[in-house]
Amino acid sequence: MGVSEKGIPLTKHETGLITTRIEEVIRWGRKYSLWPLPFGTACCAIEFMAVASSVFDISRFGAELVRFSPRQSDLMIVAGTINYKLGPVLRRIYDQICEPKYVVSMGACACSGGFYDNYATIQGIDQIVPVDVFIPGCPPRPDAILSALLKLQETIDREPQMGPRRPITEHGKTR
Amino acid sequence: MNTTTHGKRMEENRIDNPKPGFEDPSPGVDLDIADETALEDLGTEPMFINIGPTHPATHGTFRVFCKLDGERIEKAAVEIGYLHRGFEKIVETKHYTQVIPYTDRLNYCSGLVNNVGYCKAVERMLGVTITPRTEIIRVIICEIQRIMDHMICVCANLVDIGALTNFWYFFNAREKLNDLLEALTGARLTYSYTRIGGLAWDLPKGFEENVKTVMKEVPKAIKDVEGLIKKNRIFIDRTRDVGVMGADDAVSFGFTGPCLRASGVNHDLRKKKPYYHYDEFEFDVPVGERGDVYDRIFVRMEEMKQSYRIVEQALKILPGGPINIDDKNIMLPDKDRVHSSMEELINHFKLIIEGIKPPAGEIYDAIEAPNGELGFYIISDGSGKPYRIKCRPPCFYLMNGLKKLIEGHMVADIVAILAGLNIIAGELDR
Amino acid sequence: MEKLDNIIEALRHDLAEAVEAVDRPYGDAVLTVSRTRVHDVLSGLKTRGFDLLLDIAGVDGLHLGGRERFEVVYILYSLRDDLRARVKVFVPEGDMTLPTATDLWQSANWAEREAYDMFGFNFEGHPNLVRILCHREFVGHALRKDYPMMKGQWATGTSDLRPDIERE
Repeated sequence: MGVSEKGIPLTKHETGLITTRIEEVIRWGRKYSLWPLPFGTACCAIEFMAVASSVFDISRFGAELVRFSPRQSDLMIVAGTINYKLGPVLRRIYDQICEPKYVVSMGACACSGGFYDNYATIQGIDQIVPVDVFIPGCPPRPDAILSALLKLQETIDREPQMGPRRPITEHGKTR
Repeated sequence: MNTTTHGKRMEENRIDNPKPGFEDPSPGVDLDIADETALEDLGTEPMFINIGPTHPATHGTFRVFCKLDGERIEKAAVEIGYLHRGFEKIVETKHYTQVIPYTDRLNYCSGLVNNVGYCKAVERMLGVTITPRTEIIRVIICEIQRIMDHMICVCANLVDIGALTNFWYFFNAREKLNDLLEALTGARLTYSYTRIGGLAWDLPKGFEENVKTVMKEVPKAIKDVEGLIKKNRIFIDRTRDVGVMGADDAVSFGFTGPCLRASGVNHDLRKKKPYYHYDEFEFDVPVGERGDVYDRIFVRMEEMKQSYRIVEQALKILPGGPINIDDKNIMLPDKDRVHSSMEELINHFKLIIEGIKPPAGEIYDAIEAPNGELGFYIISDGSGKPYRIKCRPPCFYLMNGLKKLIEGHMVADIVAILAGLNIIAGELDR
Repeated sequence: MEKLDNIIEALRHDLAEAVEAVDRPYGDAVLTVSRTRVHDVLSGLKTRGFDLLLDIAGVDGLHLGGRERFEVVYILYSLRDDLRARVKVFVPEGDMTLPTATDLWQSANWAEREAYDMFGFNFEGHPNLVRILCHREFVGHALRKDYPMMKGQWATGTSDLRPDIERE
């Protein structure tokens, strides 16, 4: 039968089955059912709640089930300012999520410290955890968050799905 | 084992004396609870459990460390500071007008109230009176923000207890109100709309009619949610007599706002020290009786209804006229004059580079924010940058009282009590 | 206004030289009190109706040129009379001890912890004087004028709260 619209190779037999590669199936599953862990601290957490509400509706994209436990989720959305006191906690939660895991840094404070350039705020969470998508804004509009989710899904499209995403890091160390 | 509050609730709820309307359809079932003294000689040791700082994201980050005896909390320690952003240090390097976005992010559920509170303090320091139109506009936006803040607090509180539907009802109504404020200010959460001496810009065309239309959603949403919880047995069991704070204790802990009013103390800055014509509006202040979670939730629901009344009255008396005061040392001149006249150009330049300069001195001014008394203690040294701004956050003192509120209760009650206090971490830690 | 004046007069009558000065900026009342008599003045005000301690603010007056470097300001409110008052204490840099107000108002508990965390005041008699906003490994006091604003200090973990439970 050739190739579907999305480029997934399909073959249809007379018995009504479709065959494809297992990597494509895994990719399809991971893309469309990202379970977010909203690591919400400040104002951006309220905007994340608005995205999850029925007006902007994140469940259209499969990411409806917010799970506040790192063992049950794969997408960590860091929404809000992270300060030096919370840094070790963020790293520990990130380490507890099972592979493959994705991190989205939402808002100016998480991306670069925002306009709190002082003794208390970490100037960007990419100093502690590896980040996949940065969302600028203070706070970013819910539309921007949905757009970031779509971008993350495009990234998952391009990556190989068998094997770990990143080299396994040493646990428990922040600095 | 401490069985006072919990034992009393169990007594009231025994199947053999049911409340009218809640009779058990199969009265033959005997739910006799096992004799609690039978377990007294069982060897036990206390368990330490840590709750937080990452915690279902509705409330922000703080940590409660408990020493448990079974399911009951013997002692607790509360730790905050996980969102400390150094607000008070960084505003010492900014001009007075540049501080306004920082105040937005204090209580981010009602950003405009913080803006108004800060501008009110600085205006009092400068000795200026704002125009009548600005006063009424500030009243309208403060009351709309009060409704929005209470909506978030109540719906998050109910979600934590387990009633998820109310979240959607209130959030939908809040989104519609937020659309109004987005049309007015351009931003969805961090508005930064007020300026010292006035407002950033005037109301858009059709704003008053839109407010009237959208405000009709508010009583509808309140009625929906009340219908779901007011007579609900589970809700009453989880909130009545849970987290009781008496009036004297509440005052000693520095409570203000709905939590103080739920404990029975009638204190509202809008009535005691009225500002912006609040003494001319007709509204009531709901006061609770017992100071438990039930009272806190319902005081907030009643306050939403009263805010609706105030907005209706304010819209009727909204005057016309300018929104900014006519003082060239404080307000920026009109942009078209800046580009055409030398005097205005220099004035604009001086105000942007050097900032507004209140006289040297100190002042403390407060506003009735949705959470309590939000105060600003500002010390000026005569230059364009504040020497010290101390923000008096209402949540800080509510959190101080949390330790007393949860000791003696069970772990599941922590969630109900914490949510009823409406802790916003941005304000708590600044 | 007269009620507040009466209260202040009665207080000065009872406590002689404790109240050093009374200022009236912008219509508020500010009492300047000496460090040794602070507790007497505060309990005197509490018995005269000031039952709500709104806030305790620390100030580093390095560039202000006051009598001493630091100040502690107690902001009080009287619910029954609807009056606001502030009590200001000057604290020298060398000896930053003050008596605690936690026996009068329980809101002083965390307010004093914050003043300690940000400036370094030592409140004698406080049940649990540890840092509240900055992390426990932080060195220095953040809101002092000589603390550099950009200097962040990493934390290596969360603190053990077992001693806190027993102390408070």
